[in-house]
Amino acid sequence: MLMNLFKFKGGVKPPTNKTQSLTLPIAQAPLPSRLIVPLHQSIGGMPQPVVQAGDKVLKGQLIGEADGWISSAVHAPTSGTVLEVAMHVQPHPSGLDAMCVVIEPDGKDEWIAREALDYKALKPEEVRERLQQAGVVGLGGAVFPTHGKLTASKTVEMEEMVINGAECEPFITCDDLLMRERAEEVVRGIGIFRDLLQPKKVLIGIEDNKPEAAAAMRAAVDALGESFLVVPVPTLYPAGGAKQLIRVLTGKEVPASKRSTDLGVQCFNVATAYTAWRAIAHGEPVVSRLVTLTGNVGEPRNYEVLIGTPMDELLALAGPKQDTDGIVMGGPMMGFMVPNGSAPVVKATNCLIAHSTKLFPPKAPEMPCIRCGSCAEACPHELQPFEMYWFSRAKNFGKTQEYHIFDCIECGCCSFVCPSRIPLVQYFRFAKSEIWAREREKKAADTAKTRFEFKQLREEREKAEKAEKLAKAAAAQAAKKAAEAAAAAAGTESAGTEQAASVPSTEAPAQAVAVDAEKEAKKAAIAAAMARAKAQREAVQPKNTEALTAAQQHAIDDIESRRSVLAPESQDAAAPGSEKAE
Amino acid sequence: MMFAPAPYLLKDVSVSKVMTQVCLALLPGIAAYVWLIGPAILIQLLLASLTALLAEGLMLRLQGKPLGLFLADGSAIVTAWLIALAFPPLAPWWLIVTGTAFAIVVAKQLYGGLGQNPFNPAMIAFAVCIVAFPALMSQWPPAGLDASFLEQCKVIFGFSPRLDALSGATPLDAMKTGLKLAEGTSSVSHLMANSEIYGQLAGRGWEWVATGYLIGGLWMWHRKLISWHVPTAFIGAILAISGALWLYDPSQFASPMFHLLSGGSMLGAFFIATDPVSGCTTPRGKLIFAAGAGLLAYIIRVFGGYPDGVAFAVLLLNLCAPVIDLLTQPAIFGMKDKS
Repeated sequence: MLMNLFKFKGGVKPPTNKTQSLTLPIAQAPLPSRLIVPLHQSIGGMPQPVVQAGDKVLKGQLIGEADGWISSAVHAPTSGTVLEVAMHVQPHPSGLDAMCVVIEPDGKDEWIAREALDYKALKPEEVRERLQQAGVVGLGGAVFPTHGKLTASKTVEMEEMVINGAECEPFITCDDLLMRERAEEVVRGIGIFRDLLQPKKVLIGIEDNKPEAAAAMRAAVDALGESFLVVPVPTLYPAGGAKQLIRVLTGKEVPASKRSTDLGVQCFNVATAYTAWRAIAHGEPVVSRLVTLTGNVGEPRNYEVLIGTPMDELLALAGPKQDTDGIVMGGPMMGFMVPNGSAPVVKATNCLIAHSTKLFPPKAPEMPCIRCGSCAEACPHELQPFEMYWFSRAKNFGKTQEYHIFDCIECGCCSFVCPSRIPLVQYFRFAKSEIWAREREKKAADTAKTRFEFKQLREEREKAEKAEKLAKAAAAQAAKKAAEAAAAAAGTESAGTEQAASVPSTEAPAQAVAVDAEKEAKKAAIAAAMARAKAQREAVQPKNTEALTAAQQHAIDDIESRRSVLAPESQDAAAPGSEKAE
Repeated sequence: MMFAPAPYLLKDVSVSKVMTQVCLALLPGIAAYVWLIGPAILIQLLLASLTALLAEGLMLRLQGKPLGLFLADGSAIVTAWLIALAFPPLAPWWLIVTGTAFAIVVAKQLYGGLGQNPFNPAMIAFAVCIVAFPALMSQWPPAGLDASFLEQCKVIFGFSPRLDALSGATPLDAMKTGLKLAEGTSSVSHLMANSEIYGQLAGRGWEWVATGYLIGGLWMWHRKLISWHVPTAFIGAILAISGALWLYDPSQFASPMFHLLSGGSMLGAFFIATDPVSGCTTPRGKLIFAAGAGLLAYIIRVFGGYPDGVAFAVLLLNLCAPVIDLLTQPAIFGMKDKS
């Protein structure tokens, strides 16, 4: 295949460690003792639970309803009973809990009625709707709801669709095996995306350390008569980052400030395409995914795992060795240690690595930055990490933004090469979260300010209206007086007409009187409150002079008597003053 | 609970490995030096190293920083070696001790230690000493010195009078004063005929020391310890200005080859201007920084009052480095086209 590939700058070549988990085919993980299914498994709105404790559910039954356009439904991974809808620890570095539906499997693994569909007979919006209802999200790790990416831009023509089979993180092989074993369904899934987006070209990028996967995909493409291009890309981390793969295959660079559709490109993971096909053509929502179990284990292997399976229970299948001291979810470059082994497998879980200090030796102590520039050379976004580090450390967040900190994809290349062992990515995450927090604060302050200004405006308007009313009343009264004077001057006019003339004008003074009465009432209320406060004050006695012992009383009397002897004059002098004050 | 953050895989690099490799890269030059002058330079290297470690240790202690960790980083040794190679090899022991101590205490640690110094500490040591002790700093032994190791040691430690036979001007200095003193009557080729001082290309023997640094520098480039930018721009700038003036008047201006292989050119190009802490870090910034330093070094050594200009040139450019960096920020991924 002759195709001009592009390069992205930077990148690193960590040892791939992929062969360990590639020796055996995909296996089905057994049903766990219970399933903890988090409701929030995609970017966007928090799905609402539609089941409660005690409910019987079937495999694939909706348990969490999508909330809004960017949100995705969640389903029961197997048949069983809902034990509770409660908070449970999440596979997230924060270690925070989130709302989960806990299901006890009944062992039958009984599906709901599945409706197989020919998607070509459906309207595009119906296909998107079905994908959302089936919980199809980006399985590369970002879990962005897939239906949200399947509307082509109205202004920019869709040039290329990039399918991400690069899988550049070390240790992870689930996409590799998926492509080897289920290439046909992946290609059919890509077909759905192609039909919705109508790109001119479909490019399937696979790192060149996976020749079997590439061959399987190519064979499937040929067998289905598609025109997709299977392109081996150089093995270089992070070639599997969406922006890097887009760059390599199309030469286009998507900055943080733009979406790839603005440049006429869209990117999907191979596993996402697979689940999309299962959802549309077989009516199977996303209830399981492939997970690589590897690292410090006896038998590294890929498993098809139900979403919600507790991680420690799953990892036990691969036989973690004695010295395993934690589980890393994701790859060693961007993954994180799960805070608790009971955290469940979620849609973003592509790999679990049993951690041991032998496998990943603890980092050497952090040394000062020597500005060697290795990080800048390794950065695939061509940033200046050492400058961003400097300003993050100094909490000069404005400067970090000048150095484009939000273009950082947190791939970890800079930390990987840093001879001073500075955890650069951590500094950038810190800076980003601080900036977000400040933005939120600023927004809140702005809202409060607008609200306050509106209140002030309203009060001023009311005051002005009141003043206007008073002025009108005064004018009316003046007019009435003038009329009276005029009437007096006329002298002989009948009393009946005079009365009639005065009738409309009495209303205004009445209003003025009412306002005065209101003021008086207010004044009286204030005076009463002050009197009450004074009474309260007087009622309170100093507590330290109560219940004195005889000795204390004696001492006080002593002092008093001495005082009267020593300063009788000053006491006298003070007397009139104090009287006055009273 | 505290978890180590990603990445869990790390490249096998460290500051001390970087510094060790820099020291290794200096070895060819040092070997040529020993061959040329004798083992006295080893004494100076030792003196400088000990002083640097002591001064660094003391300063770390005063700041309450972990001693072992920072002493093992090797940065003090690199500074010490550069000082030893920049100072006259038969200078009295206290000169190099003073210079090194000043470099570590003032130019490095008082600015905050590793990674914080705005100026190259080794060049600060050279500049301070040549200003304070101009005579001692300008006395260089002739190539192929006929003095035993013991005799050299005696000179260094002050047990033997400083023999005039053991010292003289550097080839660069001799060239400048030779041309100046006999203005109009002497020429470069005339001076170069003095085989006591000059070899085929530059100072007799010194051309091989410079070649040793070149070899070490190329090895560092091969190991990706330094990028091509600084040495290329530094050497390029010296080549350009010396070539232009040499073509203009070959009798009054020495050849580009002479300038490249004399004085601190090669040491400066590969080991001094490449110091990342005090130099520029952006690719274009490195080019500007090194070209500026090369140009200035030539101007000072040919027209200025000092025998060599590399130290002052680098220090002056150190001053400009932050601004150069600020003005030469490269465009990032996805922001190269102006639209």
